Amino acid sequence: MPRYYTDEHEWIDVEDDVATVGITEYAQSQLGDIVFVELPEVGAMIEQGKDAAVVESVKAASDVYAPITGEVTETNGALEEDPSLVNSSPEDAGWFFKMTIAAPAELDKLMDEDGYKAFVEDL
Amino acid sequence: MSDHDTEDHLEDIALEPLPLDAWHRARGARMVPFAGYEMPIQYEGIVAEHNWTRESAGLFDVSHMGQLVLSGPGLDAAVEAVLPIDLSTLKLGQQRYSLLLDENGGVLDDLMVSRWPEALYLVVNGATKWDDMGTLREALPDDITMNYLDERALLALQGPKAADALARHATGEYPLSALTFMKFGQFKLAGHEVTIARAGYTGEDGFEISLPAEAAAEVADLLCAEPEVKPIGLGARDSLRLEAGLPLYGHDLSPETSPIEAGLTFGINKRRRTEGGYPGAERINREIVEGTTRKWVGLKLEGRLPAREGAEVFAGAEKIGTVTSGGFSPTLQAPIAMAYVASDHAAIGTQIEVEVRGKRLAATVSPTPFVPHRYYRGS
Repeated sequence: MPRYYTDEHEWIDVEDDVATVGITEYAQSQLGDIVFVELPEVGAMIEQGKDAAVVESVKAASDVYAPITGEVTETNGALEEDPSLVNSSPEDAGWFFKMTIAAPAELDKLMDEDGYKAFVEDL
Repeated sequence: MSDHDTEDHLEDIALEPLPLDAWHRARGARMVPFAGYEMPIQYEGIVAEHNWTRESAGLFDVSHMGQLVLSGPGLDAAVEAVLPIDLSTLKLGQQRYSLLLDENGGVLDDLMVSRWPEALYLVVNGATKWDDMGTLREALPDDITMNYLDERALLALQGPKAADALARHATGEYPLSALTFMKFGQFKLAGHEVTIARAGYTGEDGFEISLPAEAAAEVADLLCAEPEVKPIGLGARDSLRLEAGLPLYGHDLSPETSPIEAGLTFGINKRRRTEGGYPGAERINREIVEGTTRKWVGLKLEGRLPAREGAEVFAGAEKIGTVTSGGFSPTLQAPIAMAYVASDHAAIGTQIEVEVRGKRLAATVSPTPFVPHRYYRGS
């Protein structure tokens, strides 16, 4: 299944008509120890580039933006119990939420893995 | 993803490297702009560094802070006209907390004053040091000399094992163990003349070492080669001082706050409370007698969501205050905060609410320090 990346360090996996969203290994390494994740409500409509979630590290709160527009269909309940999953497994068990894909063309503007790798190396 | 950001952003100003800049980078520090310098925010991670300091010993580079030496005829009287300190009780080898106040009693900075032979040594905050020097220069008579020790570095070694690690290397006229909290002395470290004060900003036992900038890397290497010691960044310094209930200038203290509201009455020395004769004395003395309409208090929050600086505090529908420092306490595994609240809601145990992104979080006014101080006051 294809994985896309944003320049705000979110990743998005697309499987059929559902997308899974999380933050990248680079993002978690920059944030440090995560103590709380505020997830969107299931059923909420979120818009590409707008606030979708908030990650609280010991130090600061950071916004996570919606990589695409769509409706939130599921959130990762495991993060309530153990927010440090975002540190230990950011691109797998530490996923944030699943959403519908309202405008597939929005995916075309995102980076693929190689593109994101090059983007991070330039930071 | 992007930071909401409570940090001082000074990218537009040319950032100065500190004496240990390369040393920090070689140890994997992530450097951030702070107080006009590039400083290490963390090495291996804030929580690991925080816990290491509470259990063992951490080395902090605080060379951004301003080290000043005042000397000249009539020094004590001149300084007492500027600071609410009683210098008649500050003996050689002692250090004391004091406050730089404006004419209205607002806090321009908080600082440490030490009695040196024929001089007073001040340590002031990094972000305020240039303004402080201006304020002091203007307020002090011309025959008082002010030296800015910009070729000195400042290292803090903090934690329950700091004394063991440092005692292996520090030699002087008397052993390091003779220093108790808020005392200082001259020692030798790796052949360099250094001043060591038993003080710090973590709530733990510990030391602040003033040394020549060119000796900083050698001394930092020497201390970090001890098994008890690791380098610790600014991130953990902030979470440690918050657990210790210690104020951070520019956040918990500002020209808009008085030291009495902040619970820093001990910073106005007893004789000065009756005699006055320092900037802001009228308001300060009135507040000591009559009390203040708001107080700086500790808050423990329910749940895991931290409340940060700027979060509003409520009692029912009524806004009663604002958070000035807040975060997640690694020691308590819970969010804690400091806030100015209306005095009628400031009693320990008062239930209040803090608003974070439109959500009301239950909180209780709690005693500080949140984590007990463990200063060494003698055996």
